[in-house]
Amino acid sequence: MEKTLDTKYTYTEKKDTRSGFGDGFLELGRKNKNVVGLCADLIGSLKMGAFQKEFPDRFFQVGISEANMMGLAAGMTIGGKIPFTGTFANFSTGRVYDQIRQSIAYSEKNVKICASHAGLTLGEDGATHQILEDVGMMKMLPNMTVINPCDYNQTKAATLAIADHEGPVYLRFGRPSWPIFTPADQPFEIGKAWKMIDGKDVSLFATGHLVWEAVVAEAMLREEGISVELINIHTIKPLDTAAILASVAKTGCAVTAEEHQLNGGLGDSVAQTLIRNNPAPQEFVGVDDSFGESGKPVDLLEKYGLNAENIVKAVKKAIARK
Amino acid sequence: MEKHSTEQLQAICSQVRRDILRMVHACQSGHPGASLGCTEFFVALYFDQMKHNKNFNIDGIGEDLFFLSNGHISPVWYSVLSRSGYFDTKELATFRKINSRLQGHPATEEGLPGIRVASGSLGQGLSVAIGAALTKKMNGDKQTVYALMGDGEQQEGQIWEAAMCAPHHKVDNLIASIDLNGQQIDGPTKEIMNLLDLKAKWEAFGWEVIVTENGNDITNVLQSLEKAKSLLGKGKPVLNLLHTDMGFGVDFMVGTHKWHGVAPNDEQLEKALGQLEETLGDY
Repeated sequence: MEKTLDTKYTYTEKKDTRSGFGDGFLELGRKNKNVVGLCADLIGSLKMGAFQKEFPDRFFQVGISEANMMGLAAGMTIGGKIPFTGTFANFSTGRVYDQIRQSIAYSEKNVKICASHAGLTLGEDGATHQILEDVGMMKMLPNMTVINPCDYNQTKAATLAIADHEGPVYLRFGRPSWPIFTPADQPFEIGKAWKMIDGKDVSLFATGHLVWEAVVAEAMLREEGISVELINIHTIKPLDTAAILASVAKTGCAVTAEEHQLNGGLGDSVAQTLIRNNPAPQEFVGVDDSFGESGKPVDLLEKYGLNAENIVKAVKKAIARK
Repeated sequence: MEKHSTEQLQAICSQVRRDILRMVHACQSGHPGASLGCTEFFVALYFDQMKHNKNFNIDGIGEDLFFLSNGHISPVWYSVLSRSGYFDTKELATFRKINSRLQGHPATEEGLPGIRVASGSLGQGLSVAIGAALTKKMNGDKQTVYALMGDGEQQEGQIWEAAMCAPHHKVDNLIASIDLNGQQIDGPTKEIMNLLDLKAKWEAFGWEVIVTENGNDITNVLQSLEKAKSLLGKGKPVLNLLHTDMGFGVDFMVGTHKWHGVAPNDEQLEKALGQLEETLGDY
């Protein structure tokens, strides 16, 4: 269906965002000798193998011990290293929340927590692994930066950018093959939203895999004469509140779209921004207080209300409330 | 650094114990028990064993580093840091009070010199120390990393993740000690969650294990730390089982868990200070 649509962004290739991380990480290894890697028995899944092969003295397999990995990473910063930890998003956050809180965030350590297989699109492994609360947990931590890029190219750009940022970062990406619709040479500025499409009827703020669904939704809505302003929120914290407020001042309503629980996600952050500055109708696309389940990524997005059709419905609802 | 005699080190211990008691008394909170028990260990590290710089730099390149995992014994660390010149001893009076750099548990956020990572939530410090030791190796820095854990803390799972990791990665520039005082908040460790044979356990995990029979005898502590140093650089991390008495130095506090996290009242403070000579001048 999406192929027949006149989307403002198109793709010729699909790839997983974790490969964007892996390729960016290898490039970083060549550029910055202080970058080191740690992985908890998921080198293949995190695409960290090429870095490990090229820089074996700067890479540490730590086995299935994520708590220890977070502590190691915190300690490695003492003396100037920039550790990148790799495991699934579930084991990067919920399993090690207290370690991140005390040894990394409160201790202001320059650790990059790189988290793959986030959200429903992990697919068949099911709810034990499909974390949908990670953004909430991480954004609540003082000192933590939270980034959720949308495709291979943006994930690679984000991976390169976080090495130059002093302080703890949570970088969230995923497993499925996904359209590559952003440019390979894009600049990536942490905390700076990217207005992808100008519009006047509604502000659509999307993050992660759902940016592509938002691109599709924009084309569907345009066919119906609705003008959507699409903003790519790759950095959930710090949030680009100026960009959000400027857009909603123009459109008068907002929709947020994310592969995450509604509680604690991007939508919450946008709502706080609006309510404090310019209260406006807002609709939320995300998982509504439930766990996921096994299945194909696209089927799961449909079942849990996270695809382009759901974004279209949310947009119409938001506009009707103006 | 000038070499201190045994008598000088003992005199410093007496003053540190006074500091600990006065700090916890002033705010009526904190953990005097194991602070008193670990006094000789801290004094041995900072006044004899470690190469360190009171002009603090968090990266500590070319220095020995110390990590405290059982962060609740912050009073002894703060006292020893200030008596080593990291900050003015007057600042000890701010311990656990609002707007202080001397947080209840050690932290970096307020910028207290000497602290490299926050601790208090138990079980995390050994992992951090291993990470710092690995960075020293990557940097070609030959200095040593020290860590201290509590014995109750051995009940945390992360300790054993770290215990497995350090020998695997041949972290042989690390000396970790366990304060074996046999007590934790709710009672003796034997009754709360029996640790059984820690020596056998750590050896089985691949560590060189040494035992300090009397961690409240400065000479014994120094001998052990020298022995530990001699075992470095041979492919294995070193674990020092440091037997201490909780509350050592004050007759009514020694050997019981009751003073783990309780501050003395005015009368008890006076009685305790009467047993400890003021050697360097109270803050």
